[in-house]
Amino acid sequence: MRTLTYREAVREALIEEMERDERVFLMGEEVAEYDGAYKISQGMLDKFGPRRVIDTPISECGFAGLGVGAAMAGLRPVVEFMTFSFSLVAFDQIVNNAPNMLTMSGGQFHVPMVFRGPNGPVHALGATHSHATEPFYANVPGLKVCAPGTVRDAKGLLKTAIRDDNPVIVLESEALYNTSGEIEDADTDLTVPLGEAAVLREGDDVTLVTYSQTIPLVLETADKIKAELGVSPEVIDLRSIRPLDADTVCKSIAKTNRLVIVEQNRPFCGIGAQLTYAVQRDAFDELDAPVTRVAQQDVPMPYNEKLEDAVLPSEQRILDAVKEVCYL
Amino acid sequence: MSTRAESPPSTPTQAAEAELKILRSMLEMRAFEERAAQQYQMGKIGGFCHLYIGQEAVVAGSFAAVRDDDYVITAYRDHAHALGRGTSMNACMAELFGKATGCSKGLGGSMHFFDKERFMFGGHAIVAAHIPLGIGLAFAAKYRGEDRVALCYFGDGAIHQGAYHEAFNLASLWQLPVLFICENNGYAMGTAVHRSTALEELHHRGRGYDMSHSAVDGMDVRAVRDQVRNVVEDIRANSHPHFLEARTYRYRGHSMSDPATYRTKQEVDTKKEQDPITTFRDQLISEGLLSDEQFTQAQKAARQEAAESVTFADQSPDPPLSELHDYTYARPEHE
Ligand SMILES: Cc1ncc(C[n+]2csc(CCOP(=O)(O)OP(=O)(O)O)c2C)c(N)n1
Ligand SMILES: [Mg+2]
Repeated sequence: MRTLTYREAVREALIEEMERDERVFLMGEEVAEYDGAYKISQGMLDKFGPRRVIDTPISECGFAGLGVGAAMAGLRPVVEFMTFSFSLVAFDQIVNNAPNMLTMSGGQFHVPMVFRGPNGPVHALGATHSHATEPFYANVPGLKVCAPGTVRDAKGLLKTAIRDDNPVIVLESEALYNTSGEIEDADTDLTVPLGEAAVLREGDDVTLVTYSQTIPLVLETADKIKAELGVSPEVIDLRSIRPLDADTVCKSIAKTNRLVIVEQNRPFCGIGAQLTYAVQRDAFDELDAPVTRVAQQDVPMPYNEKLEDAVLPSEQRILDAVKEVCYL
Repeated sequence: MSTRAESPPSTPTQAAEAELKILRSMLEMRAFEERAAQQYQMGKIGGFCHLYIGQEAVVAGSFAAVRDDDYVITAYRDHAHALGRGTSMNACMAELFGKATGCSKGLGGSMHFFDKERFMFGGHAIVAAHIPLGIGLAFAAKYRGEDRVALCYFGDGAIHQGAYHEAFNLASLWQLPVLFICENNGYAMGTAVHRSTALEELHHRGRGYDMSHSAVDGMDVRAVRDQVRNVVEDIRANSHPHFLEARTYRYRGHSMSDPATYRTKQEVDTKKEQDPITTFRDQLISEGLLSDEQFTQAQKAARQEAAESVTFADQSPDPPLSELHDYTYARPEHE
């Protein structure tokens, strides 16, 4: 084992998969000469050359669509969005072209490719630059969506996504790029399966489900919950959004009988809404309290940081939610 | 709303005053942004902050050639556009600080300066997403039978978006009264223009839409003003779009977090020799319209105002939490 940053883990996954498979290439804005807007692809132009690490003009719709076409013609593109807020100008390619091709062609054309980049609100970027896009994409059959929240998953899920024969959205997190964590040595071919949640911390009294950039907040709050409320929380990282692993959550509820979902996206038709449906269906008898969600407030993101803080999940809101489901 | 005619001032004193006004406007933009940069480094300003320093002649020159009630819309590098329209430094600095007294009530930030009263339809942060809005402004003016022109500013990187192309086609098809001003500062983030297009001259894009087009030295405020005046006069009279490429240069990085290692210091220094403010100052001095002392005074006044705007922003309140949900949906009082 060794320690890497999330950023290094993403880069390692890209490098390993490009070394392993000549069909894989990386395309996006500022990925080559600038080393990536967030320095994910640092050094990769030197390593692989401009044939495989490709700078584009600001044309998301164009190069996302190029990716779909190239995938139909047998390549395995990795398309980087500088952030997923900018993927919205390529929405048609991601939502209409990539996932529908296999069905429309009667099984002739599959689209093995990855759309990746940072996703979710960061800090003081305002309404257009703060989107958590997972509910948009998770709504679409034919797409797979994951949101790695740990260093190990940042590498393992991306490698799996690149090898998958379907279009996979890999939602990274700018807020996590600098975090470090333990990971297997470089020579282990680390892959993490899509569609499997992970229990990050075991507990008995309440299940806290989260993913991506709210994981650090939830883990810190979990300590407080134990210390201040005397409640033992179990923390689950969804890791994949579609397919969604409700089984792992339901198993946990069988033990804790209570569920709080902490998510970075908006509440209406959000990921927690879908998970809540699955839980009431499969674990109805196990629940001792209604499921509670801590999501963004249901507003466009304000720039002012105090207002932004009030919109985003916070320690206080998680504590309140835990008290609510534990009737404290 | 008073409207200023865009025709050249008639008397020599009026002409001189108009020139000095342009100079003061550029000095204000520069002073404001130098302060903003300092405040950003002190952690008073959040998010992304893109400075217009070096490019001032484009806004100052074009605004000097249009009416106060013409419509304006631009991208996220928008401080100069608001200031040039007359939004106060206080309201602009307060917006950067996220305060309730800001021009967007602290909800928009650096990339989203709006001022409805001054027909400033915003800074917009998704590259090129505002170009269709720009033609919508022109459409509304034409629809109502007004002789307003819409000024739509965007960077050299924006012309590679689908939104740009679709808007250009519609503008030409429907002969909408819009002046597209491409602020070609040589780079889109770290991408030099020649790495994003095979075209030598960006304004030649107009050809594909059968749209009139031209280029102007965007470091020369008089050249910008005169070219815009000519073009806008025709747009106002005959309703059509025009694509003007203003060749300019940004001295700072793309945003405050960009070290700009993709260009040489020598390149930046060479461009700074054509600084729009010093060039214009020297012209005015040699023509006897300005003295050294007057220039220093004007510069001092602008810097003073910028410093005061920091105090104003510092002392202003945050937007109240109780208003968090007030702007998600329009209500009758927003009319
Ligand atoms: C659709 C979209 N893609 C990417 C970005 C990120 N981005 C912001 S500014 C910028 C460069 C734009 O350059 P240009 O149009 O030349 O304007 P300048 O910054 O030089 O004024 C990029 C890539 C964005 N805001 N929107
Ligand atoms: Mg540019």
